[in-house]
Amino acid sequence: MKARLVVIALMWLPSMLFAIDAGKAFEDPVLQQRYEKIIEEVRCLKCQNQTIKDSNAFLADDLRREIRRLLSEGKTDQEIFDFLVERYGQFALYRPAMNGITLVLWVAPFIFIFVGIIVVYRVLRKRSSMPIDLEDEVAAKELAG
Amino acid sequence: MRYLFPIIAFGLLIGVFIKGLDPERDLNALPSPFLGKDAPAFDLPKLKNPSERVSSSDYQGVVSLVNVWATWCVGCRQEHEFLKSLAQEESVPIYGINWRDRREDALEWLDVLGDPYIASGYDHDGRVGIDWGVYGAPETFLIGKDGTVLYKHLGPLDRVRWNQDFLPLIQEELENIK
Repeated sequence: MKARLVVIALMWLPSMLFAIDAGKAFEDPVLQQRYEKIIEEVRCLKCQNQTIKDSNAFLADDLRREIRRLLSEGKTDQEIFDFLVERYGQFALYRPAMNGITLVLWVAPFIFIFVGIIVVYRVLRKRSSMPIDLEDEVAAKELAG
Repeated sequence: MRYLFPIIAFGLLIGVFIKGLDPERDLNALPSPFLGKDAPAFDLPKLKNPSERVSSSDYQGVVSLVNVWATWCVGCRQEHEFLKSLAQEESVPIYGINWRDRREDALEWLDVLGDPYIASGYDHDGRVGIDWGVYGAPETFLIGKDGTVLYKHLGPLDRVRWNQDFLPLIQEELENIK
C-alpha cells in the first residue's frame, strides 16, 4: 500500500518539475490574481496558439518577467496591454481592441450565425409548406427508382 | 438568380483559400507596429568589449540596419554569409543585437564565421528584444536617417529579398533627404 502511494507521488514529480511558474510571482494575492489573468490574455508570438501562461518558450518567459516588473511598478492592466500592443501589435492580445482591422474578427461570427439562421428558416419553411401527399409522392418515386 | 448567393459565397471562399494557401505567405510574419515610427532606443554593452556601449545614437543620421541574431538561431547562420557580403559592399552599416545568447558562444561564432557588424550589443536577458518587439531571430530592421523604421524583415535575409524589399526603400530614403 505504501509503495503504491510512493509510486503515485513520484508520477506527479515530472509535471511539477516542468511547471512553468514555480511558486507564486507575488506575495500579494490581488497582484497575483491580476498577474494570472493578464498572462492568460497574452499570446506568445513565438508559438502563436499558446498564451504566455501556457508556453515555455523563452519569449513567453521574458514577457512574463516584463509583466511582473510592470505590475510591481504599479501599472494598471490597461497600461500593461498598451505596452505590449505598442511593441507587438494587437496580435499579441487574445482579445484585441475593436478597431477597423479587428472589427471583422469580432463581427464575423455573428454574421455567420445570422446567415445560418436564415438558411435554416428558409429550408424549414419550404418543407413545411410542401403538401404532405406531395412529399409522399416524391418519396414513392424515389423508392421506385 | 437562384444560385446568386451560393456563387457569391463560393467566390469569397475561393478568395480566402487563394490568400491562405499562398506558398509565399509566412505565417509567422506579422506587421511590425514600428513601421513608419521612431525605432526604439537601445543602449547595450558591446559584445566584444563589455566596458564599451553601443546604442541607437551611434547610427543617427545614417541609413542603417539593425540585425537581431543569436547563435542558437538557424536562420541567423543561413543569412550570415549574406550579411558579410553586405558589410563588404559598405552600402549600409549593420548593427547587431545579440539576443538571448551566451557571450562566449557569440564571440566564438563571430570568430569562426566572421563579423559583419559595426558592433553588436549584448542583450542577454532579452529586455531590448522586447522593446523592439522581437519574437523570432533573425529579424532585420531598416532604419532611416531620422531614426524611423522603414522596413522590418523576419527570417533569414538574402540577396533576392534585399534587392526586392530593402534597396528601393534605401534609394528613396537617400533621394528624399538630399
